[in-house]
Amino acid sequence: MSFGKYLLQRLIYAFLVLIVISFLVFMIVQLPRGDAVDRIVNARQAQGDIITEEEEAALRAQYGLDKPIYVQYFIWATQFARGNMGHSLLGLPVIKLINERIAATLLLSVISLIVTYAIAVPIGIYSAVNQYSPGDYFWTLVGFIGLATPNFLLALILLFVFHKAFGLSIGGLYSPGMEEQPWSIAKALDLLNHLWIPIIVIVTAQTAGTIRTMRATLLDELGQQYVVTARAKGLRYRQLLFKYPVRLALNPVVNSIGYILPRLISGQTIVAIVLNLPTLGPLLFSSLLSEDVELAASILMIQSILAVIGVILGDIFLSLYDPRIRMEKGAT
Amino acid sequence: MSDVVLEVKDLHTYFELEEGTLKAVNGVSFAIKKNRTLGIVGESGCGKSVTAQSIMRITPKKTSSVSGQIMLHHDFGAIDIAQLDEDGDQMRDLRGREIAMIFQEPMTAFSPVHTVGNQIMEALFVHGETDKKTARKRAIALLDEVGIPAPERRIDEYPFQLSGGMRQRSMIAMAIILNPRLLIADEPTTALDVTIQAQILRLMKRLQRDNGMAIMFITHDLGVIANMADDVAVMYLGKIVEFGSLHQIFKEPKHPYTKGLLRSIPKFGETDGKHLATIKGTVPVPLNPPDACPFASRCSEFIPGKCDARMPDAVTISPGHTVNCVLYEPTNIQT
Repeated sequence: MSFGKYLLQRLIYAFLVLIVISFLVFMIVQLPRGDAVDRIVNARQAQGDIITEEEEAALRAQYGLDKPIYVQYFIWATQFARGNMGHSLLGLPVIKLINERIAATLLLSVISLIVTYAIAVPIGIYSAVNQYSPGDYFWTLVGFIGLATPNFLLALILLFVFHKAFGLSIGGLYSPGMEEQPWSIAKALDLLNHLWIPIIVIVTAQTAGTIRTMRATLLDELGQQYVVTARAKGLRYRQLLFKYPVRLALNPVVNSIGYILPRLISGQTIVAIVLNLPTLGPLLFSSLLSEDVELAASILMIQSILAVIGVILGDIFLSLYDPRIRMEKGAT
Repeated sequence: MSDVVLEVKDLHTYFELEEGTLKAVNGVSFAIKKNRTLGIVGESGCGKSVTAQSIMRITPKKTSSVSGQIMLHHDFGAIDIAQLDEDGDQMRDLRGREIAMIFQEPMTAFSPVHTVGNQIMEALFVHGETDKKTARKRAIALLDEVGIPAPERRIDEYPFQLSGGMRQRSMIAMAIILNPRLLIADEPTTALDVTIQAQILRLMKRLQRDNGMAIMFITHDLGVIANMADDVAVMYLGKIVEFGSLHQIFKEPKHPYTKGLLRSIPKFGETDGKHLATIKGTVPVPLNPPDACPFASRCSEFIPGKCDARMPDAVTISPGHTVNCVLYEPTNIQT
């Protein structure tokens, strides 16, 4: 089987998985008692309107809610596939709400991901090569403190300290009034000014785990026979370290890049709420609180799609990176 | 110029463990000559692999220490490897170029994510070759020489695409690419099945005939030793207890341990209804060992007060044949 065929197979499976997920999401959305028409009727009645049975039935017919549940699912799924995600209770199209926030979400997540790896991978390598040295213990301690500190607490402390000490307003991603302005150098600087605190908070939480993974896998690899072989050939330790064991130890890191994709959206919800960041996490959270079903369903669905894409991407990265996996896939 | 390539004198390799000092190699001396094969035989844990790693200076840096002399002889003099910095340029320059090593497990000895060719050519690049085409040509020629069919294709394959025998052939190619004067083979055939084993041994003999390299062949398999070695050192618990030519060791074994080893080889048709002879007990761990014959605790000819009093001196039985056993010390023969 060729690699292309393998990929096609994966995509077909992914599509099937997404259909199952969409079914589950649809069911979850239907779980609250009543439907959209009930809510409209309630709202109108609260305003004093009188709604007849016929009017209610007409509304149901208008929204397609009089049809059997599987027809409703089919309509919802096909609409979603066309990008029509319905309306939020906030009165706006769901797609508009998501569009507004997706750029900030991806910006924040991708930067913190890069920073996390840029810090964690070198420290992991250092810790493994100098196992049980004071430096190893020091970084382990720092990593665990970061891991153990509650995210939102660190966010609050940083907010407080920088507000008190420097009088900076660091909530949100822009200073008041900046967001609506067109792009300029001043706006970009303003964004940078607001970006680094959430990034510190997110990176602090993520780094320890990655350091531990890198350290543990590299320690395994350092004990492998091929390291001795390379030394016996006369390679410098540093040369062989990066050519052989580090490369192999990066396997799980490469693979995990794909798995991080869904987390990009909802992973930092609490931090985003505390820091008042315009990302998707708080939007999902509030939509769940207010039973804003179409919005919640859309975000959940997007997240599921990202998760499935992420897994496929992770496998593709890994098979490009590791010939064993590439050939195995090609051979079977 | 004498033919001696490597001369090891009173080599000690100790590992500092939490439980104490592990004397893995404890006073070993031998010499290896050009075009000759020295077989080092002993049970697991007797220190034969650590001896090899000490010569390459690839024992773990933090926990091990190497002392004694490891003289690598040249036309222009000798270098004492034991005195070199194990991470220094001088030692690195010797590795792979003057002394090369092949390992037991050809699967794990190669990196799984680099092609065989990449790893074979690496030694060339490390030791000064800069032209990729030349290196590739040389690697293909070598793969051909060690009997790998379609070497132009195999050179770009990954280790997991090769069979065990082919991997071992590739490892031999990797080791001899710079025509080393000493090849250390640490159980090179143990992981292979018997027919492949025979092929690899034949290959090594042919290469030795062509290149004149000295081979230090480490194994626990006396059958392989009988096939390969010119001289044999029998190691037990970090010491060489008997040294001699292949004939002397197999036909006139003196040390009770050597005799025990030879008795424990199954012989066709001779063991009907009898248990195979074994050596009682197990190999002790050489943690803080006493100054005594290492085999004393398992020896059937143990003499209290003598064997456990001190390490027996080497006694020369006949030219080239020495044994470290109180039974052969002159003072004890009369009694």
